[in-house]
Amino acid sequence: MPPPLATPEPAKTAFQHRQSAHCESGVISSLLHHEGIPVSEAMCFGLSASLSFAYIPLVKINQLPLIAYRMIPRWILKGVKSRLKLPLRFENFRSSADGRRRLDELLDQGRPVGLQSSVFFLPYFPENMRFHFNAHNLIAFGREGNEYLISDPVFNSPTRCALADLQRARFVRGALAPKGLIYYIDGPVPKVDIVPLLRGAIKKNCFMMLHVPLPYVGCSGIRLLARRVLKLPAEKDLEYTRRFIGHIVRMQEEIGTGGAGFRFLYAAFLQECAVLLNNPRLQELSLELTTIGDEWREFALHAARMNKGRENLDLPLLHGLLLDLAAKEIAFYKKLKKAV
Amino acid sequence: MRPDEVPQQGAPLLEGQRKAVYVVDKDGHYLIAQSGGDEAEITVTEEAVAWFARLAEDARQRALRGESSPLEYHMFRLRMDLPTLASATGFWRWRVRRHLTAKGFANLSPRQLERYVEALGLTIAQLQKLG
Repeated sequence: MPPPLATPEPAKTAFQHRQSAHCESGVISSLLHHEGIPVSEAMCFGLSASLSFAYIPLVKINQLPLIAYRMIPRWILKGVKSRLKLPLRFENFRSSADGRRRLDELLDQGRPVGLQSSVFFLPYFPENMRFHFNAHNLIAFGREGNEYLISDPVFNSPTRCALADLQRARFVRGALAPKGLIYYIDGPVPKVDIVPLLRGAIKKNCFMMLHVPLPYVGCSGIRLLARRVLKLPAEKDLEYTRRFIGHIVRMQEEIGTGGAGFRFLYAAFLQECAVLLNNPRLQELSLELTTIGDEWREFALHAARMNKGRENLDLPLLHGLLLDLAAKEIAFYKKLKKAV
Repeated sequence: MRPDEVPQQGAPLLEGQRKAVYVVDKDGHYLIAQSGGDEAEITVTEEAVAWFARLAEDARQRALRGESSPLEYHMFRLRMDLPTLASATGFWRWRVRRHLTAKGFANLSPRQLERYVEALGLTIAQLQKLG
């Protein structure tokens, strides 16, 4: 039995689609906007301290190691929930029929509902962007006949998805299986002043990038990856080497949508903080992070061209760029820590 | 990234979609711009797609010669590999490896086939066919 719902509030205005760079931060920001709380995507991302770097050689995706530029899935949702004291309710389902029934029930009450799903089985995704990534987030905001009205934050406009397809995407098995996860704001949202929370959020992010005592996480992860790149078996297995460097970029651009591995998104957050905290130093640092992001893009361009064979494979070049990025990021977070 | 650096030309890969990207205008303010697809991103995605396509074609050839099963072909065609397929079906990897051979595939029970069909989003008839 699902828990009883809080009394539905009077009919609200229609749901507004908002495009964003990243799915999870976009979904929570859209849900908040719908409740009349205009918190930007960048603010959700920064407030939950979600910028990160991780290179975990033991976890493999298509034979390649896990590389991430942000925290794990649901980190943003949970971070925003606890910081803003949101009545955000999560529900998982064992049976897909139960999951469907509950989603329909919530939609019929006029609530927009956040969903976790696989990318591969969503038919509205361009064919060549569909891979088996199971932690995509999107919003359903209504249904008509056998179709759901979908607001997927990474697309320009709202779309539709057939019931059977959405069911399949919500109930895939495997790594990061969504188990039909839905989440929605249940009840009135308390008034929370964001300004005093910003300092802690920034400090926490700096700590994770600088001081987590694991070589895989934060700036030391970037250096570990740099050393790995230099040792790739370019002669013995050229195909693997090419795929490896392509993979670094894919995780940065695609799963880490927004380009430059979320560095721009966080810089946009710092800029908002500069205004809210009246701290011009943060504006300077925001621009510094933008420069770092541009360098990530430059790295990505070289790596992508080498991946395709448009540029000669030059592992020492990539190694050097990554080491440089690690050094710049370390210097950056040290300054950021002092600035707040 | 500055607004004038955002690619306007829509990449075929995105099928007319545009992506939101964060850019800085000349006064140093962040805005959201719509991008037709970044060169780096498009290139690596195309390469990843091509990698699966190569594996699928290779598996198809071997299946035609009876050295492999249609299951292996469909697995790669649907952009999965052995660990992904194993976790999506709940079979142990060594069992999936056996099912990928022509002989192992022929011996699958209807219930086992059902699990593959479910994970791959095919019908049994589609799974047993090549192409």
